[in-house]
Amino acid sequence: MFRAFMAMFNRDLLLAYRHRSELINPLLFFVIIISLFPLALGPESRVLSTIASGVVWVSALLAALLSLDTVFRSDFHDGALEQIVLSPQPLTLLVFAKVLAHWCVTGVPLILVSPLLASMLHIKEEALGTLMLTLLLGTPVLSLVGSVGVALTVGLRRGGMLLSILVLPLYIPVLIFAAGAVNDAALGLDVSAQLAFLGSMLVLSITLTPLAIAAALRVSLN
Amino acid sequence: MYTWIHKFGSPKHFYRMAGKIIPWTAAFTLILFAYGLYGALITSPPDYQQGESARIMYVHVPAAWMSMFVYMVLAVAGAIGLIWRIKLADVMAQASAPIGASFTVLALVTGSLWGKPMWGTWWAWDARLTSELILLFLYLGYMGLTTAIEDRRTAARAGAILALVGAVNIPIIHYSVDWWNTLHQGATVTKMSKPSIHIDMLIPLLVMAGAFKLYYFTIVLIRARADVLFNERRSSWVREIIAKVKL
Amino acid sequence: MTTISLPEFRPVPEVILTARDLFMSRDDRPLFENLSFTLNPGRVQQIEGPNGSGKTTLLRIMCGLILADEGDIEFNGQNIRSVRLEFQEQLAYLGHLHGIKEELTVIENLTFMQKLFSNQDSEHDLLALLETVGLAGFEYSPARTLSAGQRRRLGIARVLLSDAAIWVMDEPYTAMDRKGIKMVEALISAHCQRGGIALLTSHQSMDLSHLSETPVLLGGQ
Repeated sequence: MFRAFMAMFNRDLLLAYRHRSELINPLLFFVIIISLFPLALGPESRVLSTIASGVVWVSALLAALLSLDTVFRSDFHDGALEQIVLSPQPLTLLVFAKVLAHWCVTGVPLILVSPLLASMLHIKEEALGTLMLTLLLGTPVLSLVGSVGVALTVGLRRGGMLLSILVLPLYIPVLIFAAGAVNDAALGLDVSAQLAFLGSMLVLSITLTPLAIAAALRVSLN
Repeated sequence: MYTWIHKFGSPKHFYRMAGKIIPWTAAFTLILFAYGLYGALITSPPDYQQGESARIMYVHVPAAWMSMFVYMVLAVAGAIGLIWRIKLADVMAQASAPIGASFTVLALVTGSLWGKPMWGTWWAWDARLTSELILLFLYLGYMGLTTAIEDRRTAARAGAILALVGAVNIPIIHYSVDWWNTLHQGATVTKMSKPSIHIDMLIPLLVMAGAFKLYYFTIVLIRARADVLFNERRSSWVREIIAKVKL
Repeated sequence: MTTISLPEFRPVPEVILTARDLFMSRDDRPLFENLSFTLNPGRVQQIEGPNGSGKTTLLRIMCGLILADEGDIEFNGQNIRSVRLEFQEQLAYLGHLHGIKEELTVIENLTFMQKLFSNQDSEHDLLALLETVGLAGFEYSPARTLSAGQRRRLGIARVLLSDAAIWVMDEPYTAMDRKGIKMVEALISAHCQRGGIALLTSHQSMDLSHLSETPVLLGGQ
């Protein structure tokens, strides 16, 4: 079983590497969206630092949504997905491997680039660590929960818009607590409650979403 | 027991039974609405702070309760259809969705009307209204997904999974929005979430809640009957019904 | 004429796959009802019917990819939904889609499939397999460069890899040349001789009549 998990994980990383020119797209999207805000609202650092946490997090949500499309689409259309579903391995495990690989490729770069963006938006230095921590705890949740939506819509011709409607409401708790944590950290307040909430959302997602994703994939293959 | 479930789940049986029940539930709905509205508009006292405008609570609160209740029904019916492959459960889930969405819209509109005299604006990011708004998005997502999938059964199964995921998320969303709201409270004091409940106000409220529930049952049975008739249109019992109507 | 080199077939367990009272409709149009049949070890079962009669759907139902409106599929007497992993250990499916990643090489594809479908680890086995299906020399070619027939052959390699008792094949001869067709026939024959089951649809007549059950006929409407 572990062998199959690693095989799935490695395969997806290898496939992403073979498409490496496309890997940068969600990241670029993330950076561009964030750059739009100073352009729209003026470069005054007081204004920017007030909205910074929200801007970074909303942009992260949108970038996650944009990048999610790839997690099952190719496998669905070339028949690899039905082979994966029919393999003598627990589907929930394989699905988790896929989403994990996807997060490594799309979520981790966001976390790594966030300090740069934070300084573009004049986020207080005290809040930077919290920002990265919330992204570390939150982006996997975005990948996992978003993948449920992708699994439900992968068979649809124009599922993209529908995917956003399905998934964004489910992202709202993460947004509230993550952005709230960064804001509080900027004010020097204790954020352990928010981080604990994000942590429990992460644990809940890891345990429950693979089941939902597996069920949704089986339905989509019908 | 199993045969009873099977018989109850049979579309033909449901069609007949529902046809008999609907006139009764419709009648009781009207009675309860009449009694409730009389109590709400006439006999109950005006709120000591908000005066007459608080009466909209008698529509807003039951509508909000129903919007939650119907979503739970949707999730449970979906789960039943998913696990035991009972077609009727799928029909009930899909028939309930537009009704639940309408209750949500009603709650939002009445909430907005209620708030206008207090806040001076048509919308404020009050915790309950925000939760209702997100619930509306969940409903619209469900309806969007089930409409987008062509095969009826596949659509019902996909919707069931979505509804279950949504149902698990609803407490989380409520908690988050509450937390967010207390954080950003500012000058907005909402009297909406906890109106002072006096017994004279409680009874009409509960009667209205009952009326809304019966209204939901009536409408969902009517919709489900129509859906069942359409879905089973090729079967012999439906053809008989159509033949009788044509005559 | 070179004979086809058959792999050393490991014996497979004797299993029974039963369709019980299947009812299926698509777009509210019934495809089949009260359909029951049993697949026994060592036999080939063909599904026949005109285009659109639901052959592919039936095959996918037998695999568990599609859930029938009514009725169940039983693996050794138990519902496949309850013994899914056990069932899938003995199942190999070759459908319309090839299931191959174009960005990976042939050997990369096959190695991944080996990790998923088989307990073995030997690369030597994989090379021998490629030779059996006529893809020797293509190990390091990107799968995107393969022709349709070659992709089919790679799919057949996957079926062989799994050592499964039940082969479900939807039009296995599609895109195959004459040698390929002979290879598939020989493989199916050998598979049945070791006690395996083959369930398939095909437009072409096959030289497997000595092993076949009466075909399941699906009506067209």
